[in-house]
Amino acid sequence: MSNLTALREPTVEEPAGPRRQGAARHRARRRRKPTTEVRTIVSAQQRNSRWGRRIYWATLIGVLVSFTAIFVFPLFWMVTGAMKSPDELAQMPSPFLPSKVDFTAYREAWDLMDLGLLLKNTVVYAAGAWMFTLVFDVSAAYALSKLRPILGNLILGAMLATLMIPTMVVLLPAYLTVHDLPIFHWDLLNTPWAIWLPAVANGFNIFLLKRFFDSIPRELLEAAEIDGASPSRILWKVVLPVSRPIIGVVSIFTVVNVWRDFVWPLLVLQDAEKMSISVGIASLSAQMPQNTLIAALVIASVPTIVVFFIFQRHIMAGLTAGSLKG
Amino acid sequence: MAVASPTRPGGKRKPTRFKRNLRRNLSAYGFLSGALICFAFFSWYPIIREFILSFQENNFVDPPVWVGFDNFKTVFEDSAFKPAWVNTVVFTLLALVFGYAIPFLIAIVLNELRHARAYLRFVVYLPVMLPPAVAVLLFKWFYDPGPGLFNQMLGLANLPGLSWLDSTSTALLSLVIVSTWMNLGSGTLIYLAALQTIPSELYEAAELDGAGIIRRIWHVTIPQTKLILAVMLLLQIIATMQVFIEPYLLTGGGPENATVSVVYLMYQYAFNFTNFGAGSALGLMLMLVLMVFSVAYLRISREKNG
Repeated sequence: MSNLTALREPTVEEPAGPRRQGAARHRARRRRKPTTEVRTIVSAQQRNSRWGRRIYWATLIGVLVSFTAIFVFPLFWMVTGAMKSPDELAQMPSPFLPSKVDFTAYREAWDLMDLGLLLKNTVVYAAGAWMFTLVFDVSAAYALSKLRPILGNLILGAMLATLMIPTMVVLLPAYLTVHDLPIFHWDLLNTPWAIWLPAVANGFNIFLLKRFFDSIPRELLEAAEIDGASPSRILWKVVLPVSRPIIGVVSIFTVVNVWRDFVWPLLVLQDAEKMSISVGIASLSAQMPQNTLIAALVIASVPTIVVFFIFQRHIMAGLTAGSLKG
Repeated sequence: MAVASPTRPGGKRKPTRFKRNLRRNLSAYGFLSGALICFAFFSWYPIIREFILSFQENNFVDPPVWVGFDNFKTVFEDSAFKPAWVNTVVFTLLALVFGYAIPFLIAIVLNELRHARAYLRFVVYLPVMLPPAVAVLLFKWFYDPGPGLFNQMLGLANLPGLSWLDSTSTALLSLVIVSTWMNLGSGTLIYLAALQTIPSELYEAAELDGAGIIRRIWHVTIPQTKLILAVMLLLQIIATMQVFIEPYLLTGGGPENATVSVVYLMYQYAFNFTNFGAGSALGLMLMLVLMVFSVAYLRISREKNG
């Protein structure tokens, strides 16, 4: 659980002295940090030798340049490509930078593809999925972990077993279920429910939450129980406050998954009015001028990149939490 | 101890214990109900229905008819059946070559670096954060046989341009490149986290024994990350064998079925030919193949925890 508890932001104490002194101390601390790190394959001594240093710096520069070229340059090309005129885009070789900073393509993309509506739809889908997932999965994991009902283990097993079934292979029956919900005979196609409710049925969330709740000491709950607190009160007052890190991970996963998902919304939200941003752009991509389409791609990637900027640590920690300890 | 310890619930009277258990179970099922309903409708039922659909002919107007293995026969006789499986397997193998070994090597190098680590980690994960449809459409533009970015770059190096997605020889490889670009980051970061758990003493001991860098990797790094390597291998096979979005958005399965994948064919059966029976049959076959890897994954992760 170490990497989950490590998710909490370290509480940085404000230095008491004048600000400049504090900043200097902060900088000094940062500069000292690399030398105190654990050793890896290459020892510090080897790295600091004459040749070691040369090889180290050459590798560092090589990695920096190639990573920037491979992972950042395509995004740069996308952002600037949307500012180029159709003529510039068709040139061979195309100019490295657009002749002028011109946002008309972005405007056009926003208007022609109705990106405002698509973004609003996607926000609604992601927010609802997040809410339902938190309410249903947290309470289910709490019940399985702390209340331990009859058949609890069977239910847990059945929920985790769904992780063994790849999502794509049950795509067709899942679509048909949403099209005509058994017993109720509701058609959920083109409604937000088609995204919200299936998002809850996520064995991985149950697994992460239950494992975290298992690690909460019994004594903590028993003390509240003796005070006569009901299970829902214990969940609200005792379990939730200590589970903030894992709830953060589940929240980010849920929102990002809904936002990035393509295949499921492609099937269940075929109405142009109801489409998610990815599906909407893809469905209009063939009819759009090149620079308009590229501008739309930029606009669609801004939200996820911003989320990544803000929650970087949580996303990366959550990524390893799932796979390393799984 | 004269008084029953308060931490032992229900030690005193039997009826209250029963009542308490009942109450606990009732509230537990209350808490479980939302998730149970969602799992039942959107996870368990579709899995069962996958089997039923595969053996039925169903147009959703007339009552369904049991047809035995007819759906499977339809799928087998399809001229796209063999290419779909071959492409899926080749795609998976190529994706493994690029997407499995390379992230591990990148992680090893990143773990050695003492500068710009935050930047490099951020950058390598950046494509993973793009919505996949955006990444794929972006590469569709890069692959443009006219002034696309890749042919621009070949042009700068005075090399002739390729037709990328339009040629049977490069189309599948082009799909692998996009897929690798947008998925590389997660593997790299997972390996990086695993590498950071290796105790320094092991490297020190290996160095004292006179092991060079390559042998330190071979005898310390790889054995220490063996389980995570195995888990990632299986997870990646399972994920890439379900390839759909790349052929759907880039090629439509063409040219000449060169990029049709199993899931893409399944999609076509259902939504282009409204033959859900044949589509499900195809899905069931893929499910059975992937179950082999899932079961292996389960056994390995058990071993890791136990």
